[in-house]
Formats: sequence, structure tokens, C-alpha cells
Amino acid sequence: MAQEERTTQSIFTDVEDRTSSEEINKWERTTRLWRETLREHWGLLTDELSVKLSMLVVALFVLVAIFAPWIATNPPLQRQYQTEDGILIAKWVEPSILGGNSEYILGTTAQGFDIFSQLVYGTRAALLVGLIAAVFTAGIGTMVGLVAGYYGGTVDDALMRIVDFLYGMPLLPTVIILVALLGPSLWNIILAVIILQWRATARVIRSQALSLRERPFVKAAQVAGASDWHIISRHLAPNVLPLSFLYGSFAIAWAILTEAGVSFIGLGDPNTVSWGTMLQASRAYSALQFGAWWWFVPPGVCIGLLVISGFLIGRGYEEITNPKLQ
Amino acid sequence: MSFGRDDVLLRVENLEKHFEVDEGWIASLLQSVSGGEPDYVHAVDGVSFEVRRGETLGLAGESGCGKTTTGMSLVKLHEPTGGDISYNDKRLSEVDKAGMAEFRQNAQMIFQDPFESLNPRMTVYDTVAEPLRIHDIRNETARVQRALEFAELLPAEQYYDQYPHELSGGQRQRVAIARALVLDPDFIVADEPVSMLDVSLRAGVLALLERMTEEFGLSVVYISHDLSLLRHMCDRLAIMYMGKIVEKGPTDRVIENPQHPYTQALINAVPVPEPDIGRERVELQGEVGDVIDVPSGCRFKDRCPEYIGDVCDGAIPPLERKSDIEGEREHEREVACHLYESAEGHDPYAEVDGDGTAAEAGAGGDAERASADD
Ligand SMILES: Nc1ncnc2c1ncn2[C@@H]1O[C@H](COP(=O)(O)OP(=O)(O)OP(=O)(O)O)[C@@H](O)[C@H]1O
Ligand code: SF4
Ligand SMILES: [Mg+2]
Repeated sequence: MAQEERTTQSIFTDVEDRTSSEEINKWERTTRLWRETLREHWGLLTDELSVKLSMLVVALFVLVAIFAPWIATNPPLQRQYQTEDGILIAKWVEPSILGGNSEYILGTTAQGFDIFSQLVYGTRAALLVGLIAAVFTAGIGTMVGLVAGYYGGTVDDALMRIVDFLYGMPLLPTVIILVALLGPSLWNIILAVIILQWRATARVIRSQALSLRERPFVKAAQVAGASDWHIISRHLAPNVLPLSFLYGSFAIAWAILTEAGVSFIGLGDPNTVSWGTMLQASRAYSALQFGAWWWFVPPGVCIGLLVISGFLIGRGYEEITNPKLQ
Repeated sequence: MSFGRDDVLLRVENLEKHFEVDEGWIASLLQSVSGGEPDYVHAVDGVSFEVRRGETLGLAGESGCGKTTTGMSLVKLHEPTGGDISYNDKRLSEVDKAGMAEFRQNAQMIFQDPFESLNPRMTVYDTVAEPLRIHDIRNETARVQRALEFAELLPAEQYYDQYPHELSGGQRQRVAIARALVLDPDFIVADEPVSMLDVSLRAGVLALLERMTEEFGLSVVYISHDLSLLRHMCDRLAIMYMGKIVEKGPTDRVIENPQHPYTQALINAVPVPEPDIGRERVELQGEVGDVIDVPSGCRFKDRCPEYIGDVCDGAIPPLERKSDIEGEREHEREVACHLYESAEGHDPYAEVDGDGTAAEAGAGGDAERASADD
């Protein structure tokens, strides 16, 4: 009886005879599957009108940021003069779209800078801050969360104590200290945002990883002999990725708001034009009292538009991913 | 290579798995300061058995008695806190990296919940191919196809790019079976493989599992509440209660003529002995004892209708052959109960009459027996 069992034991015994031409092309297959997933998500995401409009807004800002040198009519930090000889600075010029008798669409500032050009270049700063902060926030937070959640125990304890510590750090004092130590620049603001933002992502991803690692499909991979890295990268990461994207898209909005806020209180980068520094300058020169609302309303509207769009896209994504995450 | 039917593939010796009770870090800090011992859940508390080549063994018992923990320890999902498991006569605690990889290739597990056991973001093909990739085995496509075909997912190609949410429960469990088989293992733990499936789908999956056992010459440990299912699928049966095996022996003997009071209660509680009728909850009188602060003596004593006094209270009944259970193949049956006379000369009454070291003596006797009957 035992002998009989042995002869029929494996259905794989003649598998070696097959030619390898039947092997599935892995790259082709993987890219096809990714394309399908992306298309599906994209379809679900753009189903909603608010998300579609938000995407349009973001796309417009991205185009403006990329083509800023061609769109802007003047360098943003170059003083404008009333006449060719460069003696009288063109201060407080009224916008031409309001019938002002000038070449400046949105007028000029108290220092004689072209507001429209500043607005255009400010888009660059906003997107730079938003995207870099978001990528690092989501990236660091996801990595830390996955490692803490998967390994648990002392690794988890140590990493989560760091997160707890960061939760005790308030935004503005941190930025002030960083700027005092490293000097005012856009990069220090980005750094501060990253340091203070990844904690939220890490927490959420960690709790996801904690529950994922107990799921039987992870157990099955362990039984098959998968390494820790294999499980983290193939089983945990794909399942938390939608959440990382979600936190990333919220981080864009937060980072832009933070940069504006920090610049507004005068800790911004003096050599970079951002919507925040524009607001700060307009306040410093009391634009409100002079009735020059075209100085501070456009950057305010831009901040609002971009931030709201970011949140709406995030919300839309949350709605399509959550039922799948249960 | 030549081996008979009685070759032992897996030997479990006095396996223990205790989980520390998580009381939060403040409590554990206080505990370490005051020098107190942490509490442990005695999920599996000294079980010994072997699985022979081509044999199917059933593990039965009420919810929480440690079946899953035992099954997971068998495939090294848990590090045992005591005892050891030998695979092909090699102790897994001593085996090197290559030996472990070999074990990982040959021991697989099928889980209870087919909705949880497949990664929702992996296609059927990737799920089944994953073990092959981990072990660097060639001819991936052909093997995946064979495994899916064996699991009766036909035509196999049609399933390659499907995601779990596109499949029914029965199809998912078949994918899980294909994944377990693709490495051509010699040992599988099937933890309640059909209990989460629609009643109408169970028979089909059970038939597949049976075919798998036969055609692969597999050793399988089936875990279930459902004695009628185990009766149908298993050569031998082990009944667990609170982390210990209370009775084990040939399936038909155990079911037709149960000896341990707990087994008798369990069998009487099974309403309809047919595998394709839904699993009912096993309802017994009384509460399962405390698995953290385990009772002295016999763990079943508080619910036992046959309770015979001090000896049950004071001496742990070892799982052993009994001289006063007679009949065909009874030498293969072992029972842990003081109602019967030990066939190995163990005298529980000596323990209770002696000083207060009954528990130690019982445990010691147990360990001795385990090593003596190899
Ligand atoms: N990871 C764990 N940590 C702490 N305790 C655990 C853990 N896993 C299981 N236990 C405990 O160990 C005991 C045995 O659990 P186990 O899952 O092995 O029982 P079971 O016989 O499979 O039950 P069921 O029939 O309900 O599946 C239970 O009391 C359970 O609460
Ligand atoms: S040892 Fe005593 S209490 Fe335990 S099952 Fe046997 S008779 Fe009942
Ligand atoms: Mg279980």
C-alpha cells in the first residue's frame, strides 16, 4: 500500500519536462496588473464631481508652477520702476484688471514688486513644500509604522516612545528653534513639517500593521518560510498603501498651511517668494488700511483653493479605499 | 528509500505553549519591581503525540482548548515554551538554517477562514506562486497550474488574475489548498478547513482534502470541533481539554467506545453524525476551568460526572495505556483518567497519600512516560 502511494505521490513529477517558454512574463504581468489597479482607482476617484474639480485645480497649479518663468511677467523679487531711468519705484500701483493705468495685472506691492509674478512663483514654493513634505511624511511614517507594528515588542515600544515625544512638540516653537539654529529657509520649514508630521502616519500605519500581521495570509506566508522583509514588503505594505496615500494627500495640505503660517509670522525664507511671505509683507505694510486688497486676497485664495483641493482628493480617496480596508 | 506505514514523520514531545497575559506595561513594571511572576495562559500544556507518514490525525475539543495553538506550533508559527517537535527525527529546536528551510518546504497549513487567509491585494497566481518564489523553485507557471488544477479550479488560467474578492468562499479555500500543495509538502495542518464554508460547499472541499491526502501520501492533522467530520477523515483521534490530550487512539475506537468522561460528554453532545450537516456548537454542562490558574489534579474534575474524590483532586492523570480497557486495537489507545488502571504501573494513589508534591510527581511521571514510550 505504501508503495502504491509513493508512485502517485506527486503531481509535479513531470513538471520538469515542460519548456520554460510557458513561463509567464513576470514584468509584463506585473505592469499590467498595476495598470489595471490604477485605472480602477482612478475611475472610482474621478467618479465624484468635487474630486474631479479638485484635481483640475491642482493640475492647473502644477502647470503654473512648472511654467512660472513664462507666465510671470517680471522676476518676483525685482523692483519695478515708474520710468526707464530707474529712479522712482513703482509702489502701490493699482491692478490693470481693475482699470488701473499700468502694465501690472495685479498691481505692485509697497516695495514695488509685481504681485502677479509673486503669486505665480509662490505656486512653486507651495507645491515644493507640499510635495516634499508629503512624500517624506508618508514615506517615513509608513516605514516606521510597518516596522513597529510588524516586529512589536521592544522595537515597537522604542519607536512609539519617539512618536509620543514628538506629539509633545508644538509646531511654532520647533520651527523657531530650527530657524534660529539653521537660519531661515524654505528647507528648514519643510524639515520642521516632516519632523512633526510623520508621527500621525506612523501611528495609523502601525495599528494597521499590528492587525495585519495576525491575519492568516501573513501566517500562511510565514509557514511557507517568507522572511520578515518579504512579509513587510509584499503583504503589509500593499495593504497599507492606500492609507499612506491618504495621509500623504492630507500632508500636502497641512504643509502648505504650515508654510504660509510660519512665513506669515515672519519666519519664512526672505529669498523665496511664497504665498505666506506675500501675506506677511502685505500685513507689514498695512495693505488692509490702504485698501490694497489685491495684495493679500489673491495669495489667500490660492492657499485656500490648493488646501481644500488637497483635502477633497484625500477625502475622495478615503471613501474608495475604506470599504476595502473594512 | 523505503518506509513502512508506521514511520513517524513528526514527533511532538511534551509540547508547551504558554502565553504571557498582557496586562499593560504599568502592571508589568509593577510586577518586575515587586518581583511577582507574570500570569500565563496555559494554551497548550504538555502534549505528546506522533504523526506517521501518510496518516491523518484528528484534534478535537471545545473552543479554547488549544487546538489551533497546537496546530500552529506544529508548523512553527509559535515558538514552544517547553517541549520539542522532531521532524524526520531531527529536533526542530536544534536544526540549522537549511534544515529549517527544508521543514518550511514540507510543512504547510490550511486556515479556517478563507476570507482572511488570502491577501486581498494578491492575485490567485501570485498567491499560489509565492511559496515557490520563497524557496526559489523553477517551473513556476507549470507548478501553479498543476496545483490549481488539482484543486479543481478549472481552467486554471482563468483564475490567474483574479483577486480574492472575486471568488466564492469555496474557491478561496481551494486556492489556499493549492498554495499549501504547490511545494509538494509531506505534512499539512488543516485548522477547521470547512467550518466557515457554506454547508453546500463543504462536501466538495472535504472530498478534495481526502484526495489530497491519498494522492500525495500526505500526513495531515485535522483540527475540528466536529467529531463526525473527524471520524470521516482521520485514522487516529486525539481529544484535547484545557491544553492537554485526555484521550487518543484509533478514530473508530475513540468514537464508538469513548473511555474518558470528557470524550463521552463530547460525543454525546454531537447531534447529527454527518459531515455535510452544519457544525453545531458543542454544549457541555458547566464551565471550562481557568486556563491561567490551572486547577490541581485532573483539569476536568469540576465537570466530571465520574469524579472519584481525592485522587482526581491531587494527582494529574497522565496520558497512558490502560490495562483494564479491553478489546481490539486497545493497545493503541491512551487515556488520561484515574478511573482506569495504568498499564505501565503508575500508581496515582501513591501521590495523593504522600506529601504535598502531588503535582510535581504527576508532571514528572508524564514526562517519563513520554520519553519511555518512544
Ligand atoms: N496569541 C495569543 N496570546 C494569548 N493567548 C492566546 C493566544 N492564542 C491563543 N491564546 C489563548 O490560548 C487558548 C487556546 O486557544 P486556541 O486558539 O488554541 O484554542 P482552539 O482550541 O483553537 O479554540 P477554537 O476552537 O475556538 O478555535 C485560549 O484560551 C486563547 O485565548
Ligand atoms: S481523573 Fe477523575 S475527574 Fe478526571 S476525568 Fe477521570 S474520573 Fe473524572
Ligand atoms: Mg482554533
